[in-house]
Amino acid sequence: MGTHYRWFAIVLMLAIGAIWIALPNTPKPDFLLRGGDENRLVQCLEEQRLNPEIDCSGFEPSFEYSQGLDIVGGLRVLLQAELPSDAFTIEELSETANSVNRRVNALGLSEATVQVQGDSRILVELPGVTDPEQAIATIQQTALLEFVDFGGLGGRGGEYVGRQILTSQQAEINQQRLVTAAEQGEEAAARAEAEIAALEADRLRNPVDGQPFQTVMTGAGLQAAVAEFDGRNWLIRFDLTSEGGEIFGPFTGARIGEPLAIVLDGEVLSAPTIEARLDTGGVITGQFTEEEAKQLALQLRSGSLAIPLRVETAEQVGATLGQESVELSLRAGFVGVLVVFSFMLIYYRLPGLMAGFALAVFILLNLALFKLIPITLTLPAITGFLISIGSAVDGNILIFERFKEELRAGRSISDSLDAGFERAWSSIRDSNISTILICGILFLFGQTPGASIVSGFALTLAVGLILNLFTAVLVTRTFLYIFILGNYQKVEQRKWLLGV
Amino acid sequence: MFNLVQKRRWYFMVSGVIIGTGLLIMLYSAISTGSAFRLSIDFMGGSIYDVRFTEPGATEEGIRQVFAEQGDDGVVIQRLGEPDDYRWSVRGRFLEYQQAVEAIIRELDTLAPVDTDSLRIERVSETVGEEVTRAALLATVVAAVIITGFIVLAFRQVPKAVRYGVCAIVAMGHDLLVVMTFASLMGLLFGWEIDALFLTAILTIVGFSVQDSIIVFDRIRENIPKHIGEPYEAIVNRSLWETIHRSLATQLNVNFVLVAILLFGGETLRQFIAVLLVGLLSGQFSSIFTAVPLLVSWEKGEIPLLKGDTDLIVADARA
Repeated sequence: MGTHYRWFAIVLMLAIGAIWIALPNTPKPDFLLRGGDENRLVQCLEEQRLNPEIDCSGFEPSFEYSQGLDIVGGLRVLLQAELPSDAFTIEELSETANSVNRRVNALGLSEATVQVQGDSRILVELPGVTDPEQAIATIQQTALLEFVDFGGLGGRGGEYVGRQILTSQQAEINQQRLVTAAEQGEEAAARAEAEIAALEADRLRNPVDGQPFQTVMTGAGLQAAVAEFDGRNWLIRFDLTSEGGEIFGPFTGARIGEPLAIVLDGEVLSAPTIEARLDTGGVITGQFTEEEAKQLALQLRSGSLAIPLRVETAEQVGATLGQESVELSLRAGFVGVLVVFSFMLIYYRLPGLMAGFALAVFILLNLALFKLIPITLTLPAITGFLISIGSAVDGNILIFERFKEELRAGRSISDSLDAGFERAWSSIRDSNISTILICGILFLFGQTPGASIVSGFALTLAVGLILNLFTAVLVTRTFLYIFILGNYQKVEQRKWLLGV
Repeated sequence: MFNLVQKRRWYFMVSGVIIGTGLLIMLYSAISTGSAFRLSIDFMGGSIYDVRFTEPGATEEGIRQVFAEQGDDGVVIQRLGEPDDYRWSVRGRFLEYQQAVEAIIRELDTLAPVDTDSLRIERVSETVGEEVTRAALLATVVAAVIITGFIVLAFRQVPKAVRYGVCAIVAMGHDLLVVMTFASLMGLLFGWEIDALFLTAILTIVGFSVQDSIIVFDRIRENIPKHIGEPYEAIVNRSLWETIHRSLATQLNVNFVLVAILLFGGETLRQFIAVLLVGLLSGQFSSIFTAVPLLVSWEKGEIPLLKGDTDLIVADARA
């Protein structure tokens, strides 16, 4: 009996813990939090001081359910490198993904993800994006690498690293966009104007004159860039093309001691100080780690020749569509659980009630696990979970049927209970194993870019079936033994309670 | 105890009629539409536009016109939901450029205002479609191998293990054919398509189907040494009755949940759920009325070309 009380305490604690994890507004320790973007949070909080209406919560680390695009709405794009696969390295691809990520961040979305897939693809997910056309256009444009004059900023140049700035080159490109848009008609022009105004308003200008920063040279002037170790520090050595040298030489010659910014897609990557006139190339020194130096070199190299990307698949889902489906699914799930619960209660009486409690524990543990793992909740994932609820009582039924068989054969309640639970675990495991194996295959199938919808279903169904091994046996047994053995006399006199 | 197994010829006939009709439907579909099933853009590549207009005004002809103007004149248009939902689903070819998609939506908006919040557009290139097709075939083959391996492993210690395995697999094949019949029929009647989720349903059905068959087989295995001297048919029948409560009760609960989702859930996954439900029902039927009676028929030497038990004993003695 002592063991059962111990298990009861453990189950109770697990259930309470699961509720605490599953509920959205309970305080959570820091190690559970994930996501968030420190740089952009700082940036956002600064902007918030000027405009209190800005919401920065999206950049804070949090601990919420991660919801799929089919639920929150948004855009998912699979981009394919438009070069033969031997024409670029995997590093260049991941650098291209980084550029895409920078641009996606510039759209101001908080939960965007950008991942390299395979050896020639990049998957971009933008939950909640409202203008897919602009988003795709932003992603597909080629990277813009600039060397920007930071003269006049003196020692403050370093403060701009990681920030978005507006440059004369960008302003010129925007101007061209406006002209192109104007040719397409009034509507397009108005849209482009609004987009550009919003973009330019977000980016910092030169504090000296309030104008865009002056672009000295774009990435087109670069020929090569490598990270090197000089014995003490990591540095980046770069070569200029002859055209690049013609611009860069005179400029650097006149600005020795002044800072210069290296800017990729508007973001300041680094702001080194000019130490000499550079006609054919030079080195960038700074307090770089090996990794930072290599990354910057890669950015310099590929910033100018990012891999062009084409859309391979795209899925855009309106915001309300998914919400409606989720509400319907939850309603259906509620009805389903209610029916299962009633069936167990009517068919198995008291043990059925205990199975119902175990089912509640099962559901709570699942909800907590979805958050902990985390599993992205999509409609198929929710369906997989609901089906696992339907088969979660399988184990109980198996045990109860055996229990009833033994009772009818005239054995005592406690002997029958023992017989019911004997080898229960191995039978439940055996009967679930084929479906768990299938879930594994489905999960792998879901790794194919076009079939990603499948993996959520496989994952939640498998988690449910595995968790069921624990709840159907241990939790039900604990509840049953404590209740029935605690009220042995009363139950003995009312055998109908056991469904016999 | 009512002899469930005795009426096996009837069960086989029911299954035969269903599957025979199914094969005819698939054949008809293959002749009239060129394919036994309608394959979705997941496998073929292409674009799907689910559009909801907030007001009347859009007609099939109008929508077709819009797509034709954008260079896609082979679209398949379907009305979704009730007529006054103004919801349409259009399947066209894969468009690479977002601008072209936006142009289509803008044009549709001139027919009647488009509710952009409930818009869903999915585009899949042919390359990705081919990859999904390959992955789907691979998944099917791997699933078949693993499930067969699992069955062989589960019955390795039972005499005549192969029979159990073969019967479970025949039951599985039965369920697959029933589901394919359903998919083909619904494709002809309502334009349902086979997509990645259909394969998911199929494989899930296989998992559950094997599970159901194994429950009964397990009991037969347990009962054989307990009732030595009883004819095989009687032992099988006893095992069926002993497990039928449990089989029905477990299957009922999954059915409850699926029916609840079908009735009260959203429309998005309705086809998936329906296929799953049909498959699971078939699996529940086949575990009791196909796999187990088949075992008895085999034992009794009723299956042409397969030898019955007496011959096997002779063979064993010789070995």
